[in-house]
Amino acid sequence: MIEAKNVTKRYGPTLVVDDVSLRFPVGGITSIIGPNGAGKSTLLSMISRVLPMSSGNVLVDGLDVVTTPGDELARRLAILRQDNHLTSRLTVRELVTFGRYPHSKGRPTVKDQEHVERAIQHMGLEALSARFLDELSGGQRQRAFVAMVLCQDTDYVLLDEPLNGLDLKHAVSMMKQLRTAANTLGKSFVLVLHDLNFASCYSDHLIAMRDGKVAFQGRSEDIMRPDVLRAVYDLEIAIQQINGDWIATHYR
Amino acid sequence: MSADGLVVVRRPERTLFILGCVAMACAALFMLIDVGGQWDFVLPFRGRKLATALLVGYAIAVSTVLFQTVTGNRVLTPAILGFDNLYVLIQTCLLFFLGSGTVAGLDPRLLFGVEVLIMVAFSGLLYWGMFGGARRSLHLVLLTGVVLGVLFRSLSSFLQRLIDPNEFIFLQDRFFASFNNPDQELLVVSFLLTLGVSILGFRMLRTFDVLVLGKETAINLGVDYQRTVALTLVLVAILVSVSSALVGPVTFFGLLVSNLAHALVRTYKHALILPAAALVAAVALVAGQVVLEQVFAFDTNPRVIIEFVGGLVFITMLMRKSPR
Repeated sequence: MIEAKNVTKRYGPTLVVDDVSLRFPVGGITSIIGPNGAGKSTLLSMISRVLPMSSGNVLVDGLDVVTTPGDELARRLAILRQDNHLTSRLTVRELVTFGRYPHSKGRPTVKDQEHVERAIQHMGLEALSARFLDELSGGQRQRAFVAMVLCQDTDYVLLDEPLNGLDLKHAVSMMKQLRTAANTLGKSFVLVLHDLNFASCYSDHLIAMRDGKVAFQGRSEDIMRPDVLRAVYDLEIAIQQINGDWIATHYR
Repeated sequence: MSADGLVVVRRPERTLFILGCVAMACAALFMLIDVGGQWDFVLPFRGRKLATALLVGYAIAVSTVLFQTVTGNRVLTPAILGFDNLYVLIQTCLLFFLGSGTVAGLDPRLLFGVEVLIMVAFSGLLYWGMFGGARRSLHLVLLTGVVLGVLFRSLSSFLQRLIDPNEFIFLQDRFFASFNNPDQELLVVSFLLTLGVSILGFRMLRTFDVLVLGKETAINLGVDYQRTVALTLVLVAILVSVSSALVGPVTFFGLLVSNLAHALVRTYKHALILPAAALVAAVALVAGQVVLEQVFAFDTNPRVIIEFVGGLVFITMLMRKSPR
């Protein structure tokens, strides 16, 4: 289980994440939604120790992320952030193989290779696996990075805007793959999503943030309500139930 | 493993092999050209020069590649941390406070030891002392290095203005050190230090590969980022002191070598890129020395050529913007 206790991030006088305490449910998909600047990505970065927190602590399976050795955490928790730029030329397969680094320390075994091939297949990257990352489109590169994180084979996977740059088909297939991984492998995903409807249709649990605080949390039907969303986004959002899913229509 | 995967792996190794052959050919040419019968004098004499050139080339190549990996930037060299300027300042201070007579009489190994210590302590200070272990950005460390470098240079030129002109010539001679008068004992100490650094670095080769992915991904994959960067900076500091002590500060050479190596082998694997860079450096230095001795008849200083070519490459790289 991932547990955040009084997590705060301060830049000078500005509070970006303000004393957040949360327990993330084990298993399934948890999505964090909220307007720009609500502190979603910052919270995710602090939970995954990529960004130091100003105060508070985060426990992953009871291990404090600040004091636990990095390689031990890397076998339990994986994070993918939004902007990933590289200075070297890597092929897709080389990048995905890096996902095995916490397990093999750079000497991939046959078993590691199997993991790599499976992750490449999962993300539909077979045809691209020998291509260099700088020759791919943004969406293809995004899928390659997600494949690397899945290849890390951790219980907890945190993804910061995984749908960024993906077309409709790949966005749907990405969410379906995460859903399958959560259902069959028992993994827990925490996502930052901007698309309310994707969040609503695929998440077991929603966390709405605003001004550095958790404003609301609950299941889709608790969060996907005009009054709740108005409080989060300052926007009139009509909600309709279509085929059992709660769908927001906020385009006009 | 599919066939295309193998091609990706094999090609850099072939390039390495060719580079190795060229380097050996250069070394053989350097040792054997125009010997004129005095084998027992010429071979050891040239052997020392060759060893110096190879050691310095190796130190500069490895330090620059590692520094660029850690900073994630291909236009930086360790010189940006003010190492070159610090070396000049140490030499100037020694001369200013002790005088050329005492300095010339000092054991070069002792002097060297002190220099290495100061430079390593400086890099440690930059990293830990300044920031008290708090997590700050690497760019802040770099910026501090730039500012301190300017401070060192100003201090040196201030002291150089105060000292006797004769002493100043003695000093200048040290900065323009060349491969022509290597100190044998210094060479041995440098070799041992470089060997030590290489052994440490060898164990970190795969960690360096992960650093290529950037800070956040490296942390995600379980690399102890702070510790790795700090340790790498210390290794870089030692290598820079070795090359500075042997031939004086050479700013652009590392930039030249590292980018050529990256262009030639095009891989993220340090197990390949580091040897490639070292071989490119060896070829450049040894071939350069042959040309210098045979064509220019010692008329010019290798540094002048290196800085000229290096400067051109640097400007080209900046014009082409953010090289990969």
